[in-house]
Amino acid sequence: MDNKKRTLIQAAAAFLQNAHVTGFFTGKIYTGAGKNVCVPGLNCYSCPGALGACPVGSLQNALSAWKFRFPYYVLGLMVFFGAVFGRLVCGFLCPFGFLQELLFRIPSPRKLRTFRGDASLRYVKYAVLIIMVIILPMAHKFTPFYCKYLCPSGTLSGMLLSAADSRLRGLFGWIFTWKALVLTAVVLSSIVIFRPFCKYLCPLGAFYSLFNRASAVRLAVDSGKCTGCGACARVCDMAVNPAASPNHSECIRCGKCVSRCPHGALCFTVFSRPVGVRVPEVISPLDERPERDNK
Amino acid sequence: MERRRNILTAALMGAAVLLIAAGLVMGQNAQVLAKATRICLECIGIG
Ligand code: SF4
Ligand code: SF4
Repeated sequence: MDNKKRTLIQAAAAFLQNAHVTGFFTGKIYTGAGKNVCVPGLNCYSCPGALGACPVGSLQNALSAWKFRFPYYVLGLMVFFGAVFGRLVCGFLCPFGFLQELLFRIPSPRKLRTFRGDASLRYVKYAVLIIMVIILPMAHKFTPFYCKYLCPSGTLSGMLLSAADSRLRGLFGWIFTWKALVLTAVVLSSIVIFRPFCKYLCPLGAFYSLFNRASAVRLAVDSGKCTGCGACARVCDMAVNPAASPNHSECIRCGKCVSRCPHGALCFTVFSRPVGVRVPEVISPLDERPERDNK
Repeated sequence: MERRRNILTAALMGAAVLLIAAGLVMGQNAQVLAKATRICLECIGIG
């Protein structure tokens, strides 16, 4: 499988989750049975094309319901996706992750692989998950804090809806202005940094990262073949060293390292059985720059 | 080590299926459907 195939899978997944095409013209969202089920990735249910429910929005809605009941159904779906795929969802199935990857392909004078504070900032997404998705919605009934104050996927949905329905535009106030600023920051930083929202803010990425070590799909290193050359770590856009930590919580299972390893030491496994997916021979904007620029 | 990890994976998948089934029995999917089929004002920046 090459990188084009991964891009095709990402595009197909984004389309399948947003195939209610007429919604983009009428400003009316899909109201069918598909919305009984949460999709695996971050995809706002108010997107005019959305065919399924957003797991993060559904979880907050369940937690903030007036009569609290443990959210068995939503949590069950999220744990299922996590247990099977881990962050493979991020690398292949999430429309918002795909959007950021497309933005990263826009040429810019400088692309940042990592920077001072990068590692610490990655913990922020866990705080977003715990505080904005779990604690605050439970404490403050009917308010999905993450959706209301942060989610850029929701803002994008609002923009798409208001493009088709001008009445909505008159209702936008300071919250929309704030959220539009967040979205703008995510879009602009995505041109320079690979998936900044996924790295630093996404509560769903944080949730799935907890499963990376125990999901059915994993990465494995053959220590007999690995020479420690570091080629895999140098190509990883998430700044992971897969030879040292193949199931690191930041790995989105893009597979780039698997095909870059000159010794074939890395492979995907499903329940510890190797599967022959040598994903992309990718040219990432980060690879085209001299090493000193990637600091 | 790998064997233990696979057992954990299978246990997580099993637990997830049980959670989903329990949620379906309680009709929690209807709560998801009801929220997802109305435009979420908070999500789009109005509420
Ligand atoms: S981290 Fe979040 S936004 Fe990024 S790909 Fe994963 S689920 Fe999607
Ligand atoms: S290059 Fe390898 S280690 Fe890095 S995110 Fe992709 S699969 Fe994970």
